[in-house]
Amino acid sequence: MTSLTLVRRIAARPSIVFDALTTPDGIACWWGPDAGPVLLAETDVRIGGRFRVRFRMLDGSEHESSGEYLEVVRPERLAMSWRWQGSEDPGESLVEIDLRASAEGTELTFTHSRLRDEDSRRSHEEGWNGALDKLQRHFSVTDRRYS
Amino acid sequence: MVNYNAQLDRTFAALVDPTRRAILARLEREDGATVSELAKPFAIKLPAVMKHLDVLDDAGLITRSKVGRTVTVRLSPEPMRAAVEWLRRYERFWSRSLDRLAAYAERKEAEARKSGR
Repeated sequence: MTSLTLVRRIAARPSIVFDALTTPDGIACWWGPDAGPVLLAETDVRIGGRFRVRFRMLDGSEHESSGEYLEVVRPERLAMSWRWQGSEDPGESLVEIDLRASAEGTELTFTHSRLRDEDSRRSHEEGWNGALDKLQRHFSVTDRRYS
Repeated sequence: MVNYNAQLDRTFAALVDPTRRAILARLEREDGATVSELAKPFAIKLPAVMKHLDVLDDAGLITRSKVGRTVTVRLSPEPMRAAVEWLRRYERFWSRSLDRLAAYAERKEAEARKSGR
């Protein structure tokens, strides 16, 4: 309940996926929920380096997020802090991406969590005991995987 | 917005603990329980349960009402809704972005193979 997890199986080798995630040219081609353009993409891919991406959606609204790279292990793992510019979701959250080589290419596991550091680790280590499954149903979240 | 943000942090922090999640799940099922009823399934003492209830109360996830000597605890759904909405917004953003990422990476892979890399 404290994080969002998504998994994608991609027919491309991990290094190609990693570069798509971290290079401005790559980011410009996929970042954002619709076909609206990426207006700006800056990355400094090293621990302590920062990223900043601005995009426009098809409805004309513009959004910008930025953060700091916390873990950079090419082509296996990327962790970064995350913050929207402006007031749409104030506060910092954490993005973690793991890339595992598979027969098909890459299995990408993506996690976005509100909690950072100790809280987040504790939450993951404890695992998900299912207690809130019912609560999620109560709030009619049935077709998604939150952990 | 600042309050909203602090509220979300409190909600997620409260949800980290499995005992507190179990308490919330039970309150969702039963629509109200006394403190001693809530304490029963856990191998922890009443004061420890009270501490968990304080955290849930501070996060606005429960309400407590006292009648005579009995305290009844109920689920307060609004902060949970906000937390679920937060997750949903990111789910929409990332689910579509990652689909586009996958398509892009697969094009790049095809190009790399074509040029013999």
